[in-house]
Amino acid sequence: MISQNFIVKPLTAEQQKRRSQRNIAIGLAVAALVAIFYAMTLVKLGSNVFVRPD
Amino acid sequence: MSFVTESDISLSASSGAAPADYLALLKPRVMSLVVFTALAGLLLAPHPVHPVLGAISLLAIAVGAGASGALNMWYDADIDRLMARTANRPIPAGRLSGGEALAFGLVLSCFSVVTLGLAANFLAAALLAFTIFYYVVVYTMWLKRSTPQNIVIGGAAGALPPMVGYAAATGSISLSSLVLFAIIFIWTPPHFWSLALVKSGDYGRAGIPMMPNVKGADHTRLEILLYALVLAPLGVAPWLLGFAGPAYAAVAIVGGAGMIFGCAAVYRNRTGDLARKTAMRNFGFSILYLFALFATLVAERIFAIFSGAGL
Repeated sequence: MISQNFIVKPLTAEQQKRRSQRNIAIGLAVAALVAIFYAMTLVKLGSNVFVRPD
Repeated sequence: MSFVTESDISLSASSGAAPADYLALLKPRVMSLVVFTALAGLLLAPHPVHPVLGAISLLAIAVGAGASGALNMWYDADIDRLMARTANRPIPAGRLSGGEALAFGLVLSCFSVVTLGLAANFLAAALLAFTIFYYVVVYTMWLKRSTPQNIVIGGAAGALPPMVGYAAATGSISLSSLVLFAIIFIWTPPHFWSLALVKSGDYGRAGIPMMPNVKGADHTRLEILLYALVLAPLGVAPWLLGFAGPAYAAVAIVGGAGMIFGCAAVYRNRTGDLARKTAMRNFGFSILYLFALFATLVAERIFAIFSGAGL
């Protein structure tokens, strides 16, 4: 049987700053993707976007 | 006797890469040229594409090009660290791991192709997927390290964006988009070999069989001149075929003459600092030439669309 102790090093201030920057960048990319697909859907639907079932 | 061993394994909980390092993987300068040439293809369409769908298509093409740049940097990290020009890229500089670049490139490739398929059509998406495959597998993994014709054949990947742009707008391939493909395809060797003449030491250290390292500098200079002699008249073809106007013709004729003049200077000046300077000047001018051709084409098409006039 082999046991291993995994020691997770705490992040340095610089690493924390970069991780936070990456998180913001990923958030912005996802928001942009949502906006792109929303706009694309509206354009593809055209005036049919106002057609609602009775 | 015990089979129990204990070992401490230190894990870093986070990568040290900043968003700027991921951005550098996309080769932003190459991306800007791709956007420009794809825009020209998009605007060549007989009927204007919806501006929102056109903008999304361009973004998808740009991201697809960036993704292939990231996959190229992932595969080439071993030789990038041997060359001064590329040693500071994110992977050889140690700011980002190869696995991170691979994952980033694959994810962006998939997203860009699917987005283009949904925003435009599946011919455009297939062409974009083929462009990424061609650049990463055919050029980077196969040709680059095996033949001095690497950038000639591999240049097709850089030449495809106008065809992708045209396909995005029309769902088809036309003679006009093929001509734009041919211009970039023929432009690539004199452009790249001008740089390779100056950086042949770098390429030699990395074991890449660039033309100056395999066939010699003089043979490369001759080929640069020959390609320029084909490129100059080819650059005028969009006007001769009727899909570009007189402003484009003027830029293509003057720029083409400049390319022949610059490549002839590279052919003549073979030694010393003058040879280096001439080659680097020709490298810079070749970028300006291609940029001017496509900028004029784009400006003419935009003017024609807004004025409702033909060319």
